[in-house]
Amino acid sequence: MSVEAREARQPWILLSPALSAVALLLFVPLLFIVVYSFWLRTSTGADQVGFYLDNWQEALTDAFYRDILLNTLKIAGITTLVCAVMGYPSAYFIARSRGNKAMLLLLLMLPFWISYIIRTMSWINILGVSGALNSLLLSIGLIGEPIQMLYNEVTVILGLVHFLLPFMVLNIFVSLDGIDTTLEDAATSLGATRWQAFLQVTLPLSLPGLAAGGLLCFVLGAGTYITPLVLGGPTDAMFANLVFEAIITQLNWPLGSALSLMLLAVLAVLVGIYNRYLGMAQLMKGLG
Amino acid sequence: MTKMDNTTRYERLRARYMNGDLDRRSFLGLLGAAGAAYGLVTPYRALAQSVSQVRFDGWGGVVSEALRANAFDPFTAKTGIEVVDGTFGGGDEFLSRVKASQEGEYNIAHLSGVFDYARYHGLGLTTTLNEDNIPNLQNVIPKLVDVFRDVTDGSLSCVPYDYGTTGLAYNRKHISDEEMAEKGARILIDEAHKGKIAGWSDWRTRMWYAALQTDQDPNNITDVDAAWDAVRAHRDLALKYWGSGAELMSLLAEEEIHVTEGWSGRIYALQEQGHDIGYMDPPNGFGWQECMFVIKGSPLEACEELLNFMLAPETAIAVAEGQNYPPALDPQKVDLGDKIPTLPAFDPSGTLDGLTFADPAYWNGNEQDWSKTFGRVQKGY
Repeated sequence: MSVEAREARQPWILLSPALSAVALLLFVPLLFIVVYSFWLRTSTGADQVGFYLDNWQEALTDAFYRDILLNTLKIAGITTLVCAVMGYPSAYFIARSRGNKAMLLLLLMLPFWISYIIRTMSWINILGVSGALNSLLLSIGLIGEPIQMLYNEVTVILGLVHFLLPFMVLNIFVSLDGIDTTLEDAATSLGATRWQAFLQVTLPLSLPGLAAGGLLCFVLGAGTYITPLVLGGPTDAMFANLVFEAIITQLNWPLGSALSLMLLAVLAVLVGIYNRYLGMAQLMKGLG
Repeated sequence: MTKMDNTTRYERLRARYMNGDLDRRSFLGLLGAAGAAYGLVTPYRALAQSVSQVRFDGWGGVVSEALRANAFDPFTAKTGIEVVDGTFGGGDEFLSRVKASQEGEYNIAHLSGVFDYARYHGLGLTTTLNEDNIPNLQNVIPKLVDVFRDVTDGSLSCVPYDYGTTGLAYNRKHISDEEMAEKGARILIDEAHKGKIAGWSDWRTRMWYAALQTDQDPNNITDVDAAWDAVRAHRDLALKYWGSGAELMSLLAEEEIHVTEGWSGRIYALQEQGHDIGYMDPPNGFGWQECMFVIKGSPLEACEELLNFMLAPETAIAVAEGQNYPPALDPQKVDLGDKIPTLPAFDPSGTLDGLTFADPAYWNGNEQDWSKTFGRVQKGY
């Protein structure tokens, strides 16, 4: 075998464990889900094998699923926006700090050391009727009765922001860190104020990072079901909750499969649009 | 000849490779073959080897703690068979896991309600226990055994273990006993407590209480639309649907809510902790029985031995006292001690005539339709 041929094979050999894992753990299960989506659930909960379009017809034509999907996209959109607004200043601060950057990044990663569910449930102890915030407000006499703060759409968004903010900050940080700081100095030396230099130089250059963080937050936010389950009220369900209910509560795996593929398709379209205009390279940088 | 395990096999292969006795291709090939063989053989190992462990799945929390301390650890000490216990949040979730598992992966489950037993039977997951190996079954209340026999044509795939009710739990600081007695199940749709009401996110419980709120027989709801309207009314007044016993206890203990329906044993546990929580079974309140269900494909003799051990009066009483649900043992045959007669739902006669149980045929017949409808109603539809 020639040296060129061996070198050409080398990356594939090195990639083969990862590719095998992706094929076995992602594509094969996905294929099962596609197949399942064409089966039917019988009255006993057993599956009827065959090729039926009933689940797809129901998923695509029932207004119930459409409304919950739109609500999910709305919650994910608001969460992403909040993460962007809160995350940008933090990322800017970390990127421009001298000396303690590593420490700040470590602090940013610290929440990942605690289980996502525990982090979500911690809000119950903070915002609950007998939680820390109500106790504080009562003790300083600002309120006479505890305020009901939990179990609504706002707390769902709060929980999601808590979960997703580090992803946003990291992506923006990577983008900002790669920008030459002398560019801002050059802009100010040409008469721009610091604010104008930021708006016309730094912000446009960091937009790919912001978009990558936005995409990650949106996709992860739209697919969550724990947060609305723990922090949401009776009507604050998201689309992933419907998938959970179809599969777990109703034992209707075929319909649950169709619903999960529907959500996947919507999110895949968003990723496709992102890739078309910004490319996946920025996202990979942020994840790295 | 000494039997070689996979770790030894890998170490020897690696040593040969490092010594240059084996080329890289052969080494990787043999390693792959060993891995594939291990993966293929592992699911069937349980069938081939003697039973050294049995898997048990239950509700977690105080129930699991009681079983671990009073049943599993003593059983392991006596027989050498280890009991590995897992937990689930609800019967639906567990059934989904069993459906996705291989035969023999799950062995014994603490199921709630005869309707669950019937669902497992419908999915072909029942087995036939040899009752000769479970002599302590003789001490169980006959009524509890008979309903299971009716489902599986006279045989048993489970043993009844305990019973309880899903009644009304209320915080006495905010709701008096008199108000509860006056309003009964309707307190869950009372505007006066808007935002301080909760309920289990279980379609059966929601429909059962909706039947009570609309003066209907829970086992024969004739005006289904009225019942759904009651479910909607409850939803609009509720702060939260709870999904587990721990969440139920937390909502009541933290005073996030004033009233909900709740599981009798969990409410008793709260009362034992000193919380001033009242508990009331309204007329036709939701009675249920739990069983230890053996799933098809399990090592039967080991499971039967464990079930018999669990039904021994000293074990069953200790577990019952720990989990605060009366045992399935017949009080007319077994002395149940001092604490059990004080537990909610306890029936000293052993006839259980005062409790209303869900008719499995009726509820399973409506399961597909009502569980789906509740999924929508729950979300505002």
